[in-house]
Amino acid sequence: MLFKRTPSPHIKQDISVQSMMFKVIFALIPGALASIYFFGWGVLFNLAVAISVCLLSEAAILKLRRRDVYHTLQDGSALLTACLLALALPSLAPWWLTATASLFAIAVAKHLYGGLGFNPFNPAMVGYIVVMISFPLEMTLWTAPMGVSNGSIIGWPDFITTFNWVFLGTLPYGETIDSISMATPIDLIKTQLNQMHSVVETRNNADYSALFSSISGTGWQWTNILYLVGGIWLVKQKVADWRIPTAFLISLVLISNLFAVIDYSNNSSALFHALSGGTMLCAFFIATDPVSASTTPRGRWIYGAGIGVLVYVIRSWGGYPDGIAFAVVLMNICAPLIDYYTQPKIYGDPNR
Amino acid sequence: MTQANRQLTKTAADRASLSTFDGGLTLVAYKHLSTGSGITTLPQSKRYIIPLQQHIGVISQPIVKTGDRVLKGQMLAKPGDMISAAVHSPVSGTVSDIREHEVPHVSGLSDLCVIIENDFKDEWVARRPLADEYNNSTSSDLRKIVADAGIVGLGGAVFPSSVKQTEMNIRTLILNGVECEPYITCDDALMREYAEQVISGADIIGHIIKARNCIIAIEDNKPQAIAAMQQAIDEDGTGFFQIKIIPTIYPSGGEKQLIKIITDEEVPVNRYPAELGVLCHNVATAYAVHRAVYFDEPLISRITTVTGHGVASPQNIEVLIGTLMSACIEHCGGYTEDSDELIMGGPMMGFALQSDELPVVKATNCLLVTASEENPKPKQHHMPCIRCGKCVDVCPVRLLPQQLYWYASSQNVDRLNEHHLFDCIECGCCAYVCPSDIPLVQYYRYAKTSIRQKERERKASDIARQRHEAHQSRLEKQKREREEKLRKKREMLKTRSEAKGSGKTDSKKAAIEEAIKRAQAKKAERNKSNTD
Repeated sequence: MLFKRTPSPHIKQDISVQSMMFKVIFALIPGALASIYFFGWGVLFNLAVAISVCLLSEAAILKLRRRDVYHTLQDGSALLTACLLALALPSLAPWWLTATASLFAIAVAKHLYGGLGFNPFNPAMVGYIVVMISFPLEMTLWTAPMGVSNGSIIGWPDFITTFNWVFLGTLPYGETIDSISMATPIDLIKTQLNQMHSVVETRNNADYSALFSSISGTGWQWTNILYLVGGIWLVKQKVADWRIPTAFLISLVLISNLFAVIDYSNNSSALFHALSGGTMLCAFFIATDPVSASTTPRGRWIYGAGIGVLVYVIRSWGGYPDGIAFAVVLMNICAPLIDYYTQPKIYGDPNR
Repeated sequence: MTQANRQLTKTAADRASLSTFDGGLTLVAYKHLSTGSGITTLPQSKRYIIPLQQHIGVISQPIVKTGDRVLKGQMLAKPGDMISAAVHSPVSGTVSDIREHEVPHVSGLSDLCVIIENDFKDEWVARRPLADEYNNSTSSDLRKIVADAGIVGLGGAVFPSSVKQTEMNIRTLILNGVECEPYITCDDALMREYAEQVISGADIIGHIIKARNCIIAIEDNKPQAIAAMQQAIDEDGTGFFQIKIIPTIYPSGGEKQLIKIITDEEVPVNRYPAELGVLCHNVATAYAVHRAVYFDEPLISRITTVTGHGVASPQNIEVLIGTLMSACIEHCGGYTEDSDELIMGGPMMGFALQSDELPVVKATNCLLVTASEENPKPKQHHMPCIRCGKCVDVCPVRLLPQQLYWYASSQNVDRLNEHHLFDCIECGCCAYVCPSDIPLVQYYRYAKTSIRQKERERKASDIARQRHEAHQSRLEKQKREREEKLRKKREMLKTRSEAKGSGKTDSKKAAIEEAIKRAQAKKAERNKSNTD
């Protein structure tokens, strides 16, 4: 008999941060596969660069901070940040862009604030914003989705071409970057609107008919649907909170539907917004990052709804094609305030 | 169809009408470990150690001294104050000492104990049982019996029962037979074997508090206890009692949670259940009340579950208060090879003991011995909180455990109060589900203790300051008084001397005046000559 003395409770649910992180990564797989299928090798290169840089910088900083490198790396949080970042970045992002974003996400956004659990902002989104502001041109470099022609080639470029572009910055003789890339549906509609072409006009334009063969854009629609599938599994596993994605999607759908009803020709439909760009990736994998999100039950409704509104505002009237990263970080800023004012009424509260 | 099954179907309708509380957990119960055999009785030991503080409130005052011969059931110490409880000798023998001895307490500290050497004669004090006469007794007479028997809440809270029974306007007595902690089965065993006595005790309590009805709450994982209790109720036939089968969700046995389940009302913060017209008592407490009234037997024994994978043959034992825990473990086959922790209470709220050479006390509802396989080694370092909010979902008080943890770590007292730290019931649900393995309850306990400590220090320093100021003003007053006295004395002397020698002074004065005049005249002359 040892007479050990551990504090109560003396039994423990079999759950760990690590298992939660890896479940999130696991739930990303369907959407990630769709992304690779539709946008090609670049997605894999993004993953490779982001994972290496994130893990290396995490290890280096843990070493600097004299923390347990081996065990902390295993918690999966740096790996998850890398995956989210890689899947959010454009498929033709040069390696240094991905590396910069990764380094910034881990070194600054995560560890300068104290590491896992102490970062007020979503690290992946901070990394994304840094490169978005610094390299706006490179941030538009998506390939044409599988089966869609950008005018020069159909779908995404082959392995060698992609590799040479991403890692060496070279293109086949006589080609420009435009010949292997294509604007995203959200970006395209926005540019066309600025040139006084209505949404309906753009969608009906013969040049883009292949891209708009489905409601929210070829490739984008399926990618979003598969992120949604993974996300629902994640919620069912009780790893992701259900309130944030629900509130986010409801508010995005309501507000986009409102404007679509008011002005059909100049505003995209609610379904377009729900299934295009990074909507589902954000709803279930980014907005639900518990560390930087609101943590009270009511607060999570407000937090999710706020992101929905901001995403719509930035997409419609902002200077950037998609507004996910900014919307998330802006709501991260509000999270402590939301938490403070949304304390639940406790058992026996006389005002309940 | 067994009686138990019939009972379960019969009360399915009752269950549908029940409310629920927020949060809570479904836990693996491990109740079967200790329910195999009936309640066994421990053989008497040579020595009994009776702590004087076995209850919530003020420590009791010893009324025996070293060397005294005491009889079984004789009061050893009387209540120290309004909220306190008497303790009695479990055997006849001699008081060999009254000294500090290790007691089962979270702190691991010692406390004053009466030590009795058993003479194995089992001689009782004179008893005058009231028995059925209680129906003709007044509430206060019965309350006195309960108080004299040293009965406290045996569910674990050990609050003096007679104090609780002074509440007025009670509509419903809730008899708590929920026993929601895993492993513990002492109440289950009690209800199975002593259902009639429990019912009888509840009837007495009902008589004391003038309750109109009594609801007996039992978790749906105790079909045999439910059947036994139902049978006893049927035999009683007064319609005073009703069983409510409640779902097995930890901590449904917590007083406030149980009240919410049964009445669908929440006990207001900082108020007592009596506010809602209800009073809760544990089934074992009712049994003790029955023993006190029918046999004039004070609380000198209780039923305790000895269980866990670290003990050879888990079972429920009827044990005299003051028996060493080592004797209980030995009675249950001793420890297994991989036993590693002895816990008093259940796995969720119990605390680990430093040794088994400690007495069983009134609060000892369970001795849980864990084995290393079922009790994974606590992680050396817990992970940081990732604010996942799992703790929020399970908190039965609707607190924000993750925020409390944050503020407890930074000792932010204002924020801790704003987030209702002191409403935490320390049920352990949050720590159970925490993916970062943070010992949350530990943090809250520490924060509570240090805030209370600071509060005490503040009060002490306030008192010290007041005393100092009072002392200071007293000194000043004395000084003033002294000066006043001196002044008066001087004046008195002056007037007295004036009165005494008024003639003499006149001649003196005249002489002085003359001298002055002379001097002035001289001066004037000199001045004149100078000007000339």
